[in-house]
Amino acid sequence: MTTDLATPRTKATDQDRLRRQLQDYGVYYGVAVLLLVNILFTPHFLSTENFRTQAVQVAPVLIVALGMALAIGSEGVDLSVGSVMALSTSLISLYLGYGIWIALAAAVLGGAAVGVANGALVAFIGVQPIVATLALMVAGRGIALVLLPQLKDVHDPSMASLGSGDLLGIPYLVLIAAALTLLVAFVVRRTTFGRQLLAIGDSRPAARLAGLPVRRVLILVYVASGTLAAVAGVLATARLTASDPTSLGTLMELSAITAVVVGGTPLSGGRVRIGGTVAGAVLIQLLTATLIKHDLPPSWTQIAQAVVIVLAVYAARERGKR
Amino acid sequence: MTTHPTPTDPVPPPSTPPIPSAPAPSWQDEATGPTRSERLSALAQQHGALVTLVVAVFAAWLSFDTFLTTDNLSNMAVSSAFLAVVALGMTFVIVTGGIDLSVGSLFALGGVLAAWGSRYGTAVALLLPLAACALIGLVNGLLIARSRLAPFIVTLAAMLGARGILLAVTDEGSRTYLVDKDSFFAKLGQGEALGVGVPVWITLALFVAGAVTLRRSRFGQYVYAVGGNEDAAALMGAPVARTKIAVYTLSGLCAGLAGALNAAWLVSGVTILGSGMELEAISAVVIGGTLLTGGFGFISGSLVGVLLLKVIQNVINQIGSLDSAYQQVVSGGFLAVVVMAQTWLGRRRRVL
Repeated sequence: MTTDLATPRTKATDQDRLRRQLQDYGVYYGVAVLLLVNILFTPHFLSTENFRTQAVQVAPVLIVALGMALAIGSEGVDLSVGSVMALSTSLISLYLGYGIWIALAAAVLGGAAVGVANGALVAFIGVQPIVATLALMVAGRGIALVLLPQLKDVHDPSMASLGSGDLLGIPYLVLIAAALTLLVAFVVRRTTFGRQLLAIGDSRPAARLAGLPVRRVLILVYVASGTLAAVAGVLATARLTASDPTSLGTLMELSAITAVVVGGTPLSGGRVRIGGTVAGAVLIQLLTATLIKHDLPPSWTQIAQAVVIVLAVYAARERGKR
Repeated sequence: MTTHPTPTDPVPPPSTPPIPSAPAPSWQDEATGPTRSERLSALAQQHGALVTLVVAVFAAWLSFDTFLTTDNLSNMAVSSAFLAVVALGMTFVIVTGGIDLSVGSLFALGGVLAAWGSRYGTAVALLLPLAACALIGLVNGLLIARSRLAPFIVTLAAMLGARGILLAVTDEGSRTYLVDKDSFFAKLGQGEALGVGVPVWITLALFVAGAVTLRRSRFGQYVYAVGGNEDAAALMGAPVARTKIAVYTLSGLCAGLAGALNAAWLVSGVTILGSGMELEAISAVVIGGTLLTGGFGFISGSLVGVLLLKVIQNVINQIGSLDSAYQQVVSGGFLAVVVMAQTWLGRRRRVL
């Protein structure tokens, strides 16, 4: 992609090749190793029920990570996703009295509105994404708690069936996550918007000089991220059959960023790997599940996750721009 | 105008191909000195937070009889002190153009280690958290400076990792370590001198030292240089990597010290502290006029930023019916407004 024609091609050393391999496929190797370890050493791992549980648990993280991948691809980041999940769960509970569709629309529009605010701060005012979304991260959870001060049970048959129902044995949550993954992958690879996004992530000044609609694309990126996080919030609410704005989505920005970065998307933008993001989300889920199933305390999960993040970024450090 | 080409004249070829015009470098402007509007925006950036603080205090004094009481003020001062020490380290990091998201976890870790160590005496209670937190800061700095990883992701990992270590130390958060109320260590947190809490004095001393270091020492010059333009700093012979390693170590050290002082004040190490503290510290630094892009900032501004945040929180608490949810909405909105203003002022002052 970024082959430099001016420099003569030199033979890649074995070490270079190994490193590139690790960068591009490391996350898949990681998933494979974890699967193998679990199949060999974890009792009852190979059961449909277990796979179902793991897949349902990974679905919201993956959906948030898809939006995060777009933000990171544009050389940004979206720290407000956890708060957007909280906001969407509050809105669902607040509007459920008016019918399920109104409630869903309110939740998703709330997420999109936060995205517009993030995008406007980044695109028009020129605030760094990390700070712009930090402000919305703090304010967003506050708004969610103002709307719904404490946990509230959701008694709604359609929400319940969304959370626990399935089609041909595949849970709705997994189907929705898969559909959204395909959609985002299509947008990134095949649409003008996707190309413009990557161009902006590669170099914003260059994109501007080339006449790309930088501001519009950036706003759309954050709207997409906010909307996806809101959808994840709706799905999490449906699965838990309760709205919990205090704790829903806490540290979600971390998990999502980890999934994206571990999946090989460089933080420096210009490149988005959707397949890697899926594998990254699965890797984190498997890692957590493995440690818990072997009775290791939660503290180990956090330390392990930290080590995985650093290793993944370390492996990818030569890639991308300087 | 005899040399002016008429339409029939062939246009002489330019001696060099036209270069896409880049924004004029700022040194060209400075040859003629800053303009009036540039000076004004610089003033607003430097003292805006202080003016806002004075206005906020004045408004709070008019609105609540309970605001300007000795009790309320000294409470506010002590609780500001811990955040201020964290923000001090964060200022150095942000002036180099970096960010440290691990300080909240290090604050909590420092507090728990201090409370655990206090049974072996004050020296252990102070040195253990300082050593542990400085070590984690050092690792952050090494990964950022030597391996060239993004500060944001490295310190994010450290935030997770330090929280994990903290949970491991406290049996998954189920154990609380207490500090002996009569020990010298507890006095560091709870004692008073001249009617003002000891943590406040320590914080003030640290800020004076920090301001002198950033403004007057060679290390401070390097910090500004690295944040202003890393490549230029390297060409000038500034030790870029060493400076970065030093600021992250310093930030970890400050967070650990703040945690230890906080544990002495609470006479116990509380595991759940410090979540969201990195955001508060970053907010305070940014509100204080330090640019997140690096190369520009003040230590005193961060202190003002901390005080401003605490006054706003205090006012919201005084209103009473408004709970912490509104506190978050106001803080977040305030941060957004400040950053917008800062970006606008900064854009007028120089090309970012």
